Amino acid sequence: MRLANKVALITGSANGALDDVKGIGGATAWMFAKEGAKVVLADINDEMGQKTALQLRNMGYDSIYVHLNVSNEQNWIKAINKAVLTYGKLDILVNSAGTIAPFSVEDTTSEVWDEQMNVHAKGTFLGTKHAIPAMRKSGGGSIINMSSINGLVAATTSTAYCAAKGAVRVFSKASAVQYAKENIRVNSVHPGYTKTPLNSSASKIPAGISPEEIKRRIMTVPLGRMATSDEIAYGILFLASNESSFITGSELVIDGGVTAQ
Amino acid sequence: MRLSGKVILITAAAHGIEGKLMGIGGATARVLAKEGAKLIVTDINADAGKQTCAEIRKEGGYATYETLDVSNKQDWIKTINKAMTRFGRLDVLVNCAGARGGQQYALEDTPVEDWDRQMNDHAKAVFLGTKYVIPHMRKIGGGSIINISSIYGIVAPPTSPAYSAAKGAIRIFTKAAAIQYAADKIRVNSVHPGYVHTTQTNKMMSDPEVRQWLLDRTPLGRLAKGEDIAHGIVYLASDESSFVTGSELIIDGGVTAQ
Repeated sequence: MRLANKVALITGSANGALDDVKGIGGATAWMFAKEGAKVVLADINDEMGQKTALQLRNMGYDSIYVHLNVSNEQNWIKAINKAVLTYGKLDILVNSAGTIAPFSVEDTTSEVWDEQMNVHAKGTFLGTKHAIPAMRKSGGGSIINMSSINGLVAATTSTAYCAAKGAVRVFSKASAVQYAKENIRVNSVHPGYTKTPLNSSASKIPAGISPEEIKRRIMTVPLGRMATSDEIAYGILFLASNESSFITGSELVIDGGVTAQ
Repeated sequence: MRLSGKVILITAAAHGIEGKLMGIGGATARVLAKEGAKLIVTDINADAGKQTCAEIRKEGGYATYETLDVSNKQDWIKTINKAMTRFGRLDVLVNCAGARGGQQYALEDTPVEDWDRQMNDHAKAVFLGTKYVIPHMRKIGGGSIINISSIYGIVAPPTSPAYSAAKGAIRIFTKAAAIQYAADKIRVNSVHPGYVHTTQTNKMMSDPEVRQWLLDRTPLGRLAKGEDIAHGIVYLASDESSFVTGSELIIDGGVTAQ
């Protein structure tokens, strides 16, 4: 198994219930568990998070759920302590929590800007900051930060989202360079359009993405379709495993060719 | 196994002999075989190539050797035809071959012959391989082509401008091919290794001063082995990367993140 004996904390992973469309975090949790990892699910959706953790345990995997608002530093300290107390160490952190905010520059309120920056950029910063001491103790680790193709090129809308994902991209490199000597690797993943609860059921999300917008996006994808959450999770798995032990500060783009054009 | 049933042609893969220093191609051949792929190992060094294949077979893998000069169009056509006759399909092409006996020149001192050789052995080789495998991949409903570029296809080295120009050509050629054949489900990606200790770089990296310079520039503080690159190639060859095309996989210990 590719992650035997590893302990992983995954944010934004409540969306892994078996009967629902899985998010990237949820799909990653299942893949990690199947590859032998002990999985700490972290989210703000306690009901779904507990449900996913229970389903994982029912299948014979090691998993707990912790409440974690990623922009709250105290929450992070508690979550990482819980992971280390429960499973003895922390090897892998996946910063996958995210939200969307499809607004132009002029229509982006400063509250929306702050929320996007807090969840994506500050959340990643706080997680990395507090995971590093734990990883140092076990002689190294792997941090995988979910950026986006919109951390590389701009979206027609979603201003603050793009800025926050761009911050995640270069913050990952800064962390990678600073902690390489301690064998802590930090990489970013840049998914293109992916079928997740955030965009597959737009009706549930008032500010969500319309079916017309989804059609327009697919037109821009050379592979002609959206990704599944599993297709992103496989890339995360590769970066989490020792197979990628010489990869740090890199960007893994999983976008069906969108940004190659 | 992650590559069961896949037929893979890999260039410059002769140096995969256990207990000896390996090349990127040779180390990759070993890992691909362990994941269940059927291999056509190609190179211009028949002795080493045959030995590598024999060792793979001894471990229960499947590998056959063909001599292939990657800058020669006829060689490509012949090798691919042979592979098709033998296996009936080609799922993955790994373009690993690089220029032979590379000497490092400053730009002004670069002989035109060196420019041509670098462009032929790197860029044209990748073009020819891609051109001739595409019809066969299309027939079976898709495939994966992995082109080995370098960090010097992204940033410039202090010397060897022809090498970096050729590696830069591979980087963007890869994206062009990815866009053109995405509709046929043929994925094309580039891999960008940093400083890797291989049969080809051994002489240069044995110089303590050069070695130290390379180590100082690598945040992870070590040189890569062929195997470090091989695992990235396995990911891109497998169906796990089915949504990855036109991408660059940098495996450099952090060199280009600085």
